[in-house]
Amino acid sequence: MSKKYDAGVKEYRDTYWTPDYVPLDTDLLACFKCTGQEGVPKEEVAAAVAAESSTGTWSTVWSELLTDLDFYKGRCYRIEDVPGDKEAFYAFIAYPLDLFEEGSVTNVLTSLVGNVFGFKALRHLRLEDIRFPMAFIKTCPGPPNGICVERDRMNKYGRPLLGCTIKPKLGLSGKNYGRVVYECLRGGLDFTKDDENINSQPFQRWQNRFEFVAEAVELAQAETGEKKGHYLNCTAATPEEMYERAEFAKELRQPIIMHDYITGGFTANTGLSKWCRKNGMLLHIHRAMHAVIDRHPKHGIHFRVLAKCLRLSGGDQLHTGTVVGKLEGDRQTTLGFIDQLRESFIPEDRSRGNFFDQDWGSMPGVFAVASGGIHVWHMPALVAIFGDDSVLQFGGGTHGHPWGSAAGAAANRVALEACVKARNAGREIEKEGRDILTEAAKHSPELAIALETWKEIKFEFDTVDKLDVN
Amino acid sequence: MPFKSTVGDYQTVATLETFGFLPPMTQDEIYDQIAYIIAQGWSPLVEHVHPSRSMSTYWSFWKLPFFGEKDLGVIVNELEACHRAYPDHHVRLVGYDAYTQSQGSCFVVFEGR
Repeated sequence: MSKKYDAGVKEYRDTYWTPDYVPLDTDLLACFKCTGQEGVPKEEVAAAVAAESSTGTWSTVWSELLTDLDFYKGRCYRIEDVPGDKEAFYAFIAYPLDLFEEGSVTNVLTSLVGNVFGFKALRHLRLEDIRFPMAFIKTCPGPPNGICVERDRMNKYGRPLLGCTIKPKLGLSGKNYGRVVYECLRGGLDFTKDDENINSQPFQRWQNRFEFVAEAVELAQAETGEKKGHYLNCTAATPEEMYERAEFAKELRQPIIMHDYITGGFTANTGLSKWCRKNGMLLHIHRAMHAVIDRHPKHGIHFRVLAKCLRLSGGDQLHTGTVVGKLEGDRQTTLGFIDQLRESFIPEDRSRGNFFDQDWGSMPGVFAVASGGIHVWHMPALVAIFGDDSVLQFGGGTHGHPWGSAAGAAANRVALEACVKARNAGREIEKEGRDILTEAAKHSPELAIALETWKEIKFEFDTVDKLDVN
Repeated sequence: MPFKSTVGDYQTVATLETFGFLPPMTQDEIYDQIAYIIAQGWSPLVEHVHPSRSMSTYWSFWKLPFFGEKDLGVIVNELEACHRAYPDHHVRLVGYDAYTQSQGSCFVVFEGR
Protein backbone atom coordinates (compact mmCIF):
# COMPACT_ATOMS: atom_id res chain seq x y z
CA MET A 1 0.00 0.00 0.00
CA SER A 2 1.36 3.45 -0.85
CA LYS A 3 2.04 5.93 1.94
CA LYS A 4 0.54 9.39 2.36
CA TYR A 5 2.60 12.58 2.38
CA ASP A 6 2.43 14.23 5.80
CA ALA A 7 4.50 17.44 5.88
CA GLY A 8 6.20 18.55 9.09
CA VAL A 9 8.87 17.44 11.54
CA LYS A 10 8.75 13.90 12.87
CA GLU A 11 10.82 12.51 15.68
CA TYR A 12 13.80 10.65 14.29
CA ARG A 13 13.20 7.65 16.52
CA ASP A 14 9.87 6.90 14.86
CA THR A 15 11.77 5.98 11.70
CA TYR A 16 15.37 5.26 12.64
CA TRP A 17 15.28 3.49 16.04
CA THR A 18 14.57 -0.17 15.28
CA PRO A 19 15.64 -2.30 18.28
CA ASP A 20 14.16 -5.44 16.70
CA TYR A 21 16.29 -5.22 13.58
CA VAL A 22 18.74 -8.06 13.00
CA PRO A 23 21.70 -6.77 10.95
CA LEU A 24 22.43 -8.48 7.65
CA ASP A 25 25.84 -9.90 6.73
CA THR A 26 25.98 -7.32 3.96
CA ASP A 27 25.20 -4.34 6.23
CA LEU A 28 27.94 -1.94 7.12
CA LEU A 29 27.83 -1.64 10.92
CA ALA A 30 29.07 1.31 12.94
CA CYS A 31 29.48 1.96 16.62
CA PHE A 32 29.27 5.60 17.70
CA LYS A 33 29.96 6.92 21.18
CA CYS A 34 27.28 9.59 21.63
CA THR A 35 27.01 12.37 24.17
CA GLY A 36 23.68 14.13 23.68
CA GLN A 37 22.54 17.56 24.82
CA GLU A 38 20.88 17.51 28.21
CA GLY A 39 17.28 16.34 28.21
CA VAL A 40 17.34 14.66 24.78
CA PRO A 41 16.45 10.94 25.14
CA LYS A 42 19.14 8.43 24.10
CA GLU A 43 16.92 6.80 21.48
CA GLU A 44 16.26 10.15 19.84
CA VAL A 45 19.97 11.04 19.76
CA ALA A 46 20.93 7.62 18.38
CA ALA A 47 18.16 7.71 15.78
CA ALA A 48 19.24 11.22 14.75
CA VAL A 49 22.78 9.95 14.17
CA ALA A 50 21.44 7.06 12.06
CA ALA A 51 19.22 9.43 10.09
CA GLU A 52 21.72 12.22 9.47
CA SER A 53 24.43 9.75 8.44
CA SER A 54 22.12 8.03 5.96
CA THR A 55 18.86 9.02 4.29
CA GLY A 56 17.35 11.50 6.71
CA THR A 57 17.06 15.25 6.86
CA TRP A 58 15.46 17.44 9.54
CA SER A 59 12.06 17.69 7.85
CA THR A 60 9.84 15.23 6.08
CA VAL A 61 10.04 15.86 2.32
CA TRP A 62 7.61 14.81 -0.39
CA SER A 63 10.28 13.25 -2.57
CA GLU A 64 10.93 10.54 0.07
CA LEU A 65 7.80 8.89 -1.23
CA LEU A 66 9.32 8.43 -4.68
CA THR A 67 11.53 5.67 -3.28
CA ASP A 68 11.43 2.89 -0.71
CA LEU A 69 13.21 4.58 2.16
CA ASP A 70 12.90 1.52 4.38
CA PHE A 71 15.29 -0.17 1.98
CA TYR A 72 17.89 2.60 2.08
CA LYS A 73 17.77 3.99 5.61
CA GLY A 74 20.38 3.46 8.31
CA ARG A 75 18.96 1.99 11.50
CA CYS A 76 20.05 2.22 15.10
CA TYR A 77 19.51 -1.33 16.36
CA ARG A 78 21.20 -1.24 19.76
CA ILE A 79 22.13 1.17 22.53
CA GLU A 80 24.65 0.32 25.26
CA ASP A 81 26.02 2.15 28.27
CA VAL A 82 29.64 3.22 28.16
CA PRO A 83 31.42 1.61 31.13
CA GLY A 84 32.54 4.21 33.64
CA ASP A 85 30.72 7.08 31.92
CA LYS A 86 27.25 8.30 32.93
CA GLU A 87 26.70 10.72 30.06
CA ALA A 88 27.84 8.86 26.99
CA PHE A 89 26.38 5.75 25.37
CA TYR A 90 27.18 3.56 22.38
CA ALA A 91 24.80 3.55 19.44
CA PHE A 92 25.08 0.64 16.99
CA ILE A 93 23.89 1.51 13.52
CA ALA A 94 23.39 -0.69 10.47
CA TYR A 95 23.67 0.77 6.97
CA PRO A 96 22.50 -1.10 3.87
CA LEU A 97 25.31 -1.86 1.43
CA ASP A 98 23.68 0.07 -1.41
CA LEU A 99 24.30 3.37 0.36
CA PHE A 100 27.97 3.21 -0.61
CA GLU A 101 29.90 3.32 -3.86
CA GLU A 102 31.95 0.19 -4.46
CA GLY A 103 35.61 0.53 -3.52
CA SER A 104 35.26 4.05 -2.12
CA VAL A 105 36.43 4.63 1.43
CA THR A 106 35.98 8.31 0.65
CA ASN A 107 32.27 7.76 0.11
CA VAL A 108 31.86 5.72 3.31
CA LEU A 109 33.47 8.45 5.42
CA THR A 110 31.59 11.25 3.71
CA SER A 111 28.35 9.51 4.71
CA LEU A 112 29.21 8.26 8.18
CA VAL A 113 31.20 11.19 9.52
CA GLY A 114 29.89 13.99 7.36
CA ASN A 115 27.21 16.43 8.57
CA VAL A 116 26.29 14.43 11.61
CA PHE A 117 29.34 15.51 13.61
CA GLY A 118 28.13 19.10 13.66
CA PHE A 119 24.61 18.17 14.64
CA LYS A 120 23.22 20.44 17.39
CA ALA A 121 21.42 17.75 19.39
CA LEU A 122 24.86 16.25 20.11
CA ARG A 123 27.52 17.60 22.39
CA HIS A 124 30.10 15.05 21.26
CA LEU A 125 30.20 12.18 18.84
CA ARG A 126 32.91 9.64 18.22
CA LEU A 127 33.01 6.91 15.61
CA GLU A 128 34.52 4.00 17.56
CA ASP A 129 34.47 1.19 15.02
CA ILE A 130 33.10 0.08 11.65
CA ARG A 131 32.37 -3.50 10.63
CA PHE A 132 32.97 -3.58 6.90
CA PRO A 133 30.98 -6.36 5.25
CA MET A 134 32.86 -8.79 3.00
CA ALA A 135 30.68 -7.65 0.11
CA PHE A 136 32.22 -4.17 0.43
CA ILE A 137 35.76 -5.35 1.18
CA LYS A 138 35.88 -7.34 -2.04
CA THR A 139 35.33 -4.12 -4.01
CA CYS A 140 38.34 -2.37 -2.44
CA PRO A 141 41.88 -2.60 -3.82
CA GLY A 142 43.58 -3.01 -0.45
CA PRO A 143 47.34 -3.00 0.12
CA PRO A 144 49.21 -2.86 -3.19
CA ASN A 145 51.57 -5.68 -2.14
CA GLY A 146 51.06 -6.85 1.44
CA ILE A 147 53.36 -8.38 4.04
CA CYS A 148 54.35 -11.56 2.19
CA VAL A 149 55.29 -9.74 -1.03
CA GLU A 150 57.18 -7.02 0.84
CA ARG A 151 59.27 -9.61 2.72
CA ASP A 152 60.06 -11.39 -0.55
CA ARG A 153 61.02 -8.16 -2.34
CA MET A 154 63.19 -6.90 0.51
CA ASN A 155 64.57 -10.33 1.49
CA LYS A 156 63.77 -9.76 5.20
CA TYR A 157 62.59 -12.76 7.17
CA GLY A 158 62.08 -13.83 10.74
CA ARG A 159 62.35 -10.45 12.40
CA PRO A 160 60.83 -6.96 12.48
CA LEU A 161 62.26 -4.56 9.90
CA LEU A 162 64.40 -1.69 11.06
CA GLY A 163 64.18 1.90 9.91
CA CYS A 164 64.66 5.52 10.80
CA THR A 165 63.57 8.96 9.73
CA ILE A 166 66.22 11.28 8.39
CA LYS A 167 66.95 14.19 10.74
CA PRO A 168 66.99 17.15 10.95
CA LYS A 169 63.64 16.84 9.30
CA LEU A 170 63.89 20.12 7.46
CA GLY A 171 66.73 22.15 6.02
CA LEU A 172 69.24 19.68 4.58
CA SER A 173 70.40 19.98 0.97
CA GLY A 174 69.80 16.98 -1.28
CA LYS A 175 73.41 15.84 -1.10
CA ASN A 176 73.67 16.17 2.70
CA TYR A 177 70.38 14.37 3.05
CA GLY A 178 71.62 11.49 0.88
CA ARG A 179 74.72 11.28 3.09
CA VAL A 180 72.59 10.67 6.18
CA VAL A 181 70.58 8.00 4.29
CA TYR A 182 73.83 6.28 3.28
CA GLU A 183 75.19 6.35 6.86
CA CYS A 184 72.02 4.75 8.29
CA LEU A 185 71.77 2.05 5.66
CA ARG A 186 75.43 1.06 5.69
CA GLY A 187 75.14 0.79 9.48
CA GLY A 188 72.55 -1.97 9.23
CA LEU A 189 69.07 -0.46 8.81
CA ASP A 190 66.70 -1.90 6.23
CA PHE A 191 64.92 1.37 5.50
CA THR A 192 65.26 5.08 5.93
CA LYS A 193 62.34 7.45 5.65
CA ASP A 194 61.59 10.95 4.42
CA ASP A 195 60.12 12.95 7.22
CA GLU A 196 56.47 13.70 6.47
CA ASN A 197 57.29 17.42 6.30
CA ILE A 198 59.68 16.80 3.43
CA ASN A 199 57.86 17.25 0.12
CA SER A 200 59.67 19.63 -2.25
CA GLN A 201 60.86 22.72 -0.46
CA PRO A 202 63.18 25.47 -1.67
CA PHE A 203 66.15 24.05 0.25
CA GLN A 204 65.73 20.61 -1.32
CA ARG A 205 63.59 19.98 -4.40
CA TRP A 206 62.19 16.50 -4.75
CA GLN A 207 64.05 15.48 -7.88
CA ASN A 208 67.40 16.38 -6.37
CA ARG A 209 66.57 14.44 -3.20
CA PHE A 210 65.41 11.37 -5.12
CA GLU A 211 68.64 11.23 -7.14
CA PHE A 212 70.98 11.48 -4.17
CA VAL A 213 68.92 9.07 -2.11
CA ALA A 214 68.88 6.51 -4.93
CA GLU A 215 72.67 6.66 -5.11
CA ALA A 216 72.93 6.21 -1.33
CA VAL A 217 70.58 3.21 -1.36
CA GLU A 218 72.46 1.54 -4.21
CA LEU A 219 75.84 2.08 -2.61
CA ALA A 220 74.76 0.80 0.81
CA GLN A 221 73.20 -2.23 -0.82
CA ALA A 222 76.37 -3.04 -2.76
CA GLU A 223 78.63 -2.62 0.28
CA THR A 224 76.54 -4.54 2.82
CA GLY A 225 75.17 -7.25 0.55
CA GLU A 226 71.69 -6.65 1.97
CA LYS A 227 68.52 -5.21 0.40
CA LYS A 228 67.90 -1.57 1.31
CA GLY A 229 65.21 1.03 0.70
CA HIS A 230 64.23 4.63 1.41
CA TYR A 231 60.61 5.80 1.60
CA LEU A 232 60.55 8.54 -1.02
CA ASN A 233 57.73 10.86 -0.02
CA CYS A 234 55.49 11.46 -3.03
CA THR A 235 52.89 13.49 -1.12
CA ALA A 236 52.33 16.63 -3.18
CA ALA A 237 49.98 19.53 -3.75
CA THR A 238 48.19 17.86 -6.66
CA PRO A 239 47.66 14.28 -7.82
CA GLU A 240 49.54 15.04 -11.05
CA GLU A 241 52.68 16.02 -9.14
CA MET A 242 52.27 13.00 -6.85
CA TYR A 243 52.25 10.61 -9.81
CA GLU A 244 55.17 12.43 -11.43
CA ARG A 245 57.26 11.79 -8.31
CA ALA A 246 56.16 8.16 -8.11
CA GLU A 247 57.14 7.63 -11.74
CA PHE A 248 60.58 9.10 -11.13
CA ALA A 249 61.13 6.82 -8.11
CA LYS A 250 60.35 3.89 -10.38
CA GLU A 251 62.71 5.19 -13.04
CA LEU A 252 65.44 5.26 -10.38
CA ARG A 253 64.59 1.60 -9.59
CA GLN A 254 63.71 2.38 -5.98
CA PRO A 255 61.69 -0.24 -4.07
CA ILE A 256 59.40 1.95 -1.96
CA ILE A 257 57.59 5.29 -1.92
CA MET A 258 55.56 7.07 0.73
CA HIS A 259 52.29 8.95 1.13
CA ASP A 260 50.54 10.89 3.88
CA TYR A 261 47.02 9.50 3.66
CA ILE A 262 45.07 11.87 5.86
CA THR A 263 46.50 15.23 4.75
CA GLY A 264 46.80 13.90 1.18
CA GLY A 265 43.32 12.45 1.33
CA PHE A 266 41.75 9.05 0.79
CA THR A 267 41.08 9.57 -2.90
CA ALA A 268 44.71 10.45 -3.61
CA ASN A 269 45.83 7.53 -1.45
CA THR A 270 43.67 4.96 -3.19
CA GLY A 271 44.85 6.20 -6.58
CA LEU A 272 48.51 6.04 -5.61
CA SER A 273 48.05 2.62 -4.08
CA LYS A 274 46.59 1.29 -7.32
CA TRP A 275 49.53 2.81 -9.18
CA CYS A 276 51.89 1.00 -6.77
CA ARG A 277 50.35 -2.40 -7.41
CA LYS A 278 50.54 -1.87 -11.15
CA ASN A 279 54.14 -0.70 -10.99
CA GLY A 280 55.60 -3.12 -8.45
CA MET A 281 56.26 -0.42 -5.85
CA LEU A 282 55.92 -0.78 -2.07
CA LEU A 283 53.92 1.95 -0.30
CA HIS A 284 54.70 3.36 3.13
CA ILE A 285 51.90 5.35 4.76
CA HIS A 286 52.31 8.20 7.20
CA ARG A 287 49.37 9.49 9.25
CA ALA A 288 49.99 13.21 9.89
CA MET A 289 46.89 14.95 11.35
CA HIS A 290 45.48 11.73 12.83
CA ALA A 291 45.69 12.92 16.44
CA VAL A 292 43.50 15.91 15.61
CA ILE A 293 40.79 13.41 14.70
CA ASP A 294 41.42 10.45 16.98
CA ARG A 295 42.82 11.62 20.31
CA HIS A 296 39.74 13.03 22.09
CA PRO A 297 37.97 10.18 23.91
CA LYS A 298 34.48 11.58 23.19
CA HIS A 299 34.71 13.27 19.82
CA GLY A 300 36.11 12.37 16.44
CA ILE A 301 37.08 9.05 14.90
CA HIS A 302 39.02 6.33 16.69
CA PHE A 303 42.29 5.39 15.00
CA ARG A 304 41.12 1.79 14.59
CA VAL A 305 38.62 3.12 12.04
CA LEU A 306 41.28 5.15 10.25
CA ALA A 307 43.52 2.07 10.22
CA LYS A 308 40.77 -0.11 8.74
CA CYS A 309 40.10 2.58 6.12
CA LEU A 310 43.77 2.62 5.20
CA ARG A 311 43.86 -1.14 4.74
CA LEU A 312 40.93 -0.80 2.34
CA SER A 313 42.37 2.22 0.54
CA GLY A 314 45.82 0.68 0.27
CA GLY A 315 49.25 0.81 1.85
CA ASP A 316 51.94 -1.72 2.78
CA GLN A 317 53.07 -0.08 6.02
CA LEU A 318 51.16 2.17 8.41
CA HIS A 319 52.26 4.10 11.49
CA THR A 320 50.53 2.89 14.63
CA GLY A 321 52.37 4.59 17.49
CA THR A 322 54.85 2.81 19.73
CA VAL A 323 53.05 2.28 23.07
CA VAL A 324 56.38 2.91 24.82
CA GLY A 325 57.76 6.06 23.16
CA LYS A 326 56.96 9.77 23.18
CA LEU A 327 53.58 9.58 21.44
CA GLU A 328 50.12 8.68 22.74
CA GLY A 329 48.94 5.05 22.65
CA ASP A 330 47.55 2.52 25.11
CA ARG A 331 48.89 -1.05 24.77
CA GLN A 332 45.64 -3.05 24.49
CA THR A 333 44.08 -0.55 22.07
CA THR A 334 47.20 -0.57 19.91
CA LEU A 335 47.24 -4.38 19.81
CA GLY A 336 43.59 -4.20 18.75
CA PHE A 337 44.18 -2.07 15.67
CA ILE A 338 47.48 -3.76 14.76
CA ASP A 339 45.37 -6.92 14.44
CA GLN A 340 43.04 -5.05 12.09
CA LEU A 341 46.02 -4.26 9.86
CA ARG A 342 47.60 -7.70 9.74
CA GLU A 343 45.15 -10.53 10.46
CA SER A 344 42.49 -12.03 8.21
CA PHE A 345 39.84 -12.44 10.92
CA ILE A 346 39.56 -10.47 14.15
CA PRO A 347 36.84 -11.44 16.64
CA GLU A 348 34.93 -8.86 18.68
CA ASP A 349 37.01 -8.11 21.78
CA ARG A 350 36.09 -5.12 23.92
CA SER A 351 39.28 -5.51 25.97
CA ARG A 352 41.14 -4.50 22.79
CA GLY A 353 38.54 -2.00 21.65
CA ASN A 354 37.22 -4.13 18.78
CA PHE A 355 33.42 -3.78 18.75
CA PHE A 356 32.68 -6.22 15.94
CA ASP A 357 33.89 -9.43 14.36
CA GLN A 358 35.83 -8.30 11.31
CA ASP A 359 36.54 -10.65 8.42
CA TRP A 360 39.10 -9.35 5.89
CA GLY A 361 38.89 -12.35 3.60
CA SER A 362 41.84 -12.52 1.25
CA MET A 363 42.92 -8.89 1.64
CA PRO A 364 46.71 -8.67 2.18
CA GLY A 365 48.11 -7.40 5.48
CA VAL A 366 49.82 -4.14 6.34
CA PHE A 367 53.07 -3.85 8.35
CA ALA A 368 52.61 -1.93 11.62
CA VAL A 369 55.17 0.87 11.94
CA ALA A 370 56.34 1.89 15.42
CA SER A 371 58.07 5.25 15.30
CA GLY A 372 58.57 8.19 17.62
CA GLY A 373 60.85 8.69 20.61
CA ILE A 374 62.09 5.11 20.87
CA HIS A 375 65.66 3.95 21.56
CA VAL A 376 67.56 0.71 22.20
CA TRP A 377 66.26 0.26 25.74
CA HIS A 378 62.74 0.00 24.31
CA MET A 379 63.74 -2.81 21.92
CA PRO A 380 62.67 -5.81 24.06
CA ALA A 381 59.23 -4.29 24.68
CA LEU A 382 58.80 -3.33 21.02
CA VAL A 383 59.64 -6.82 19.78
CA ALA A 384 57.24 -8.31 22.32
CA ILE A 385 54.39 -5.91 21.52
CA PHE A 386 54.70 -5.64 17.74
CA GLY A 387 56.06 -9.05 16.75
CA ASP A 388 57.83 -9.74 13.47
CA ASP A 389 55.40 -8.10 11.04
CA SER A 390 56.40 -4.59 12.00
CA VAL A 391 58.86 -1.85 11.15
CA LEU A 392 60.63 -0.34 14.16
CA GLN A 393 61.88 3.17 13.48
CA PHE A 394 64.45 4.91 15.62
CA GLY A 395 65.12 8.51 14.55
CA GLY A 396 66.84 10.23 17.46
CA GLY A 397 67.81 6.73 18.61
CA THR A 398 69.94 6.34 15.47
CA HIS A 399 71.32 9.81 14.66
CA GLY A 400 71.83 10.67 18.33
CA HIS A 401 74.56 8.03 18.79
CA PRO A 402 77.86 9.62 19.88
CA TRP A 403 79.66 8.01 16.91
CA GLY A 404 77.02 9.05 14.38
CA SER A 405 74.18 7.47 12.43
CA ALA A 406 76.00 4.38 11.11
CA ALA A 407 77.04 3.29 14.60
CA GLY A 408 73.57 4.15 15.90
CA ALA A 409 72.05 1.96 13.21
CA ALA A 410 74.39 -0.92 14.05
CA ALA A 411 73.52 -0.62 17.75
CA ASN A 412 69.81 -0.91 16.95
CA ARG A 413 70.37 -3.84 14.60
CA VAL A 414 72.40 -5.75 17.20
CA ALA A 415 69.76 -5.04 19.87
CA LEU A 416 66.93 -6.13 17.57
CA GLU A 417 68.60 -9.37 16.55
CA ALA A 418 69.60 -10.18 20.12
CA CYS A 419 65.95 -9.78 21.20
CA VAL A 420 64.60 -11.92 18.35
CA LYS A 421 67.17 -14.63 19.00
CA ALA A 422 66.34 -14.63 22.73
CA ARG A 423 62.60 -14.72 22.05
CA ASN A 424 62.98 -17.68 19.70
CA ALA A 425 65.05 -19.45 22.35
CA GLY A 426 62.08 -19.14 24.72
CA ARG A 427 63.25 -16.29 26.93
CA GLU A 428 60.81 -13.69 28.30
CA ILE A 429 62.35 -10.72 26.59
CA GLU A 430 60.42 -7.97 28.34
CA LYS A 431 61.40 -9.27 31.78
CA GLU A 432 64.96 -10.17 30.83
CA GLY A 433 65.49 -7.18 28.53
CA ARG A 434 68.31 -5.67 30.52
CA ASP A 435 70.31 -8.92 30.58
CA ILE A 436 69.73 -9.62 26.89
CA LEU A 437 70.91 -6.16 25.83
CA THR A 438 73.87 -6.16 28.22
CA GLU A 439 75.04 -9.55 26.94
CA ALA A 440 74.70 -8.41 23.32
CA ALA A 441 76.68 -5.24 24.04
CA LYS A 442 79.74 -7.37 24.94
CA HIS A 443 80.17 -8.07 21.23
CA SER A 444 79.18 -4.58 20.07
CA PRO A 445 80.87 -1.39 21.29
CA GLU A 446 78.23 0.55 19.30
CA LEU A 447 75.45 -0.98 21.38
CA ALA A 448 77.37 -0.53 24.63
CA ILE A 449 77.66 3.21 23.97
CA ALA A 450 74.00 3.49 22.91
CA LEU A 451 72.88 1.82 26.13
CA GLU A 452 74.96 4.28 28.11
CA THR A 453 73.69 7.29 26.14
CA TRP A 454 69.95 6.64 26.54
CA LYS A 455 69.86 4.98 29.94
CA GLU A 456 67.98 7.85 31.60
CA ILE A 457 65.31 8.64 28.99
CA LYS A 458 61.75 7.63 29.76
CA PHE A 459 58.38 8.83 28.50
CA GLU A 460 55.99 8.08 31.32
CA PHE A 461 52.88 10.18 30.87
CA ASP A 462 49.45 8.65 31.25
CA THR A 463 47.51 8.19 27.99
CA VAL A 464 44.67 10.67 27.37
CA ASP A 465 42.48 8.28 25.42
CA LYS A 466 41.93 4.98 27.21
CA LEU A 467 39.59 2.08 26.64
CA ASP A 468 36.22 2.54 28.34
CA VAL A 469 36.26 0.36 31.44
CA ASN A 470 34.79 0.53 34.93
CA MET B 1 98.52 17.66 24.89
CA PRO B 2 97.60 15.89 21.65
CA PHE B 3 93.95 15.82 20.60
CA LYS B 4 92.26 12.52 21.45
CA SER B 5 88.87 11.79 19.94
CA THR B 6 86.42 9.53 21.74
CA VAL B 7 84.51 8.92 18.52
CA GLY B 8 84.95 5.46 17.01
CA ASP B 9 85.17 4.73 13.30
CA TYR B 10 82.26 2.55 12.27
CA GLN B 11 83.33 0.41 9.34
CA THR B 12 80.74 -0.98 6.97
CA VAL B 13 80.41 -4.74 7.16
CA ALA B 14 78.99 -7.13 4.59
CA THR B 15 76.29 -9.16 6.34
CA LEU B 16 73.83 -11.88 5.42
CA GLU B 17 70.51 -10.45 6.63
CA THR B 18 68.86 -11.80 9.82
CA PHE B 19 71.31 -12.44 12.70
CA GLY B 20 74.10 -11.05 10.52
CA PHE B 21 75.00 -8.62 13.31
CA LEU B 22 75.39 -11.29 16.00
CA PRO B 23 78.46 -13.46 16.62
CA PRO B 24 78.28 -17.00 15.16
CA MET B 25 75.89 -19.19 17.16
CA THR B 26 77.04 -22.06 19.34
CA GLN B 27 75.71 -25.56 18.76
CA ASP B 28 73.18 -25.13 21.60
CA GLU B 29 71.97 -21.81 20.26
CA ILE B 30 71.36 -23.36 16.85
CA TYR B 31 69.37 -26.15 18.51
CA ASP B 32 67.20 -23.47 20.21
CA GLN B 33 66.40 -21.84 16.87
CA ILE B 34 65.54 -25.16 15.22
CA ALA B 35 63.30 -26.03 18.16
CA TYR B 36 61.52 -22.69 17.68
CA ILE B 37 60.95 -23.37 13.97
CA ILE B 38 59.49 -26.81 14.70
CA ALA B 39 57.35 -25.51 17.60
CA GLN B 40 55.78 -22.93 15.25
CA GLY B 41 54.69 -25.71 12.90
CA TRP B 42 57.02 -24.50 10.15
CA SER B 43 58.99 -26.78 7.83
CA PRO B 44 62.77 -26.64 8.23
CA LEU B 45 64.74 -26.40 5.01
CA VAL B 46 68.40 -25.99 4.19
CA GLU B 47 69.72 -23.82 1.35
CA HIS B 48 73.22 -23.04 0.15
CA VAL B 49 74.90 -20.70 -2.33
CA HIS B 50 78.34 -19.59 -3.42
CA PRO B 51 79.20 -16.27 -1.70
CA SER B 52 79.43 -14.52 -5.08
CA ARG B 53 75.70 -15.16 -5.54
CA SER B 54 74.51 -14.44 -1.99
CA MET B 55 72.11 -11.64 -3.01
CA SER B 56 70.15 -13.75 -5.46
CA THR B 57 66.57 -14.62 -4.60
CA TYR B 58 66.96 -18.35 -5.11
CA TRP B 59 69.66 -20.24 -3.28
CA SER B 60 70.06 -23.94 -4.04
CA PHE B 61 67.93 -26.32 -2.02
CA TRP B 62 69.77 -28.98 -0.05
CA LYS B 63 67.55 -31.96 -0.88
CA LEU B 64 63.91 -30.93 -0.23
CA PRO B 65 62.29 -29.12 2.70
CA PHE B 66 62.09 -31.48 5.68
CA PHE B 67 58.29 -31.50 5.86
CA GLY B 68 56.95 -32.76 9.15
CA GLU B 69 60.41 -33.38 10.68
CA LYS B 70 60.32 -33.09 14.48
CA ASP B 71 63.80 -34.33 15.34
CA LEU B 72 66.30 -31.53 15.99
CA GLY B 73 69.21 -33.92 15.47
CA VAL B 74 68.11 -34.73 11.92
CA ILE B 75 68.13 -31.05 10.97
CA VAL B 76 71.55 -30.48 12.52
CA ASN B 77 72.91 -33.47 10.61
CA GLU B 78 71.50 -32.14 7.35
CA LEU B 79 73.03 -28.69 7.95
CA GLU B 80 76.41 -30.33 8.57
CA ALA B 81 76.08 -32.66 5.58
CA CYS B 82 75.31 -29.68 3.34
CA HIS B 83 78.31 -27.80 4.75
CA ARG B 84 80.59 -30.81 4.13
CA ALA B 85 79.34 -31.15 0.56
CA TYR B 86 79.75 -27.42 -0.16
CA PRO B 87 82.46 -26.17 2.23
CA ASP B 88 82.92 -22.88 0.32
CA HIS B 89 79.17 -22.07 0.25
CA HIS B 90 76.97 -20.13 2.66
CA VAL B 91 74.51 -22.52 4.29
CA ARG B 92 71.28 -21.21 5.77
CA LEU B 93 68.41 -22.65 7.73
CA VAL B 94 64.87 -21.59 6.82
CA GLY B 95 61.63 -22.12 8.73
CA TYR B 96 59.06 -22.19 5.95
CA ASP B 97 55.53 -21.14 6.90
CA ALA B 98 53.01 -22.63 4.48
CA TYR B 99 50.16 -20.55 5.95
CA THR B 100 51.72 -17.17 5.11
CA GLN B 101 53.80 -18.60 2.22
CA SER B 102 56.73 -16.84 3.80
CA GLN B 103 59.80 -17.67 5.82
CA GLY B 104 59.08 -17.38 9.54
CA SER B 105 62.78 -17.75 10.19
CA CYS B 106 65.89 -17.57 8.02
CA PHE B 107 69.54 -17.26 9.00
CA VAL B 108 72.96 -18.34 7.85
CA VAL B 109 74.52 -21.11 9.92
CA PHE B 110 77.80 -21.62 8.02
CA GLU B 111 79.51 -18.81 6.14
CA GLY B 112 81.37 -19.83 3.00
CA ARG B 113 84.81 -18.49 2.27
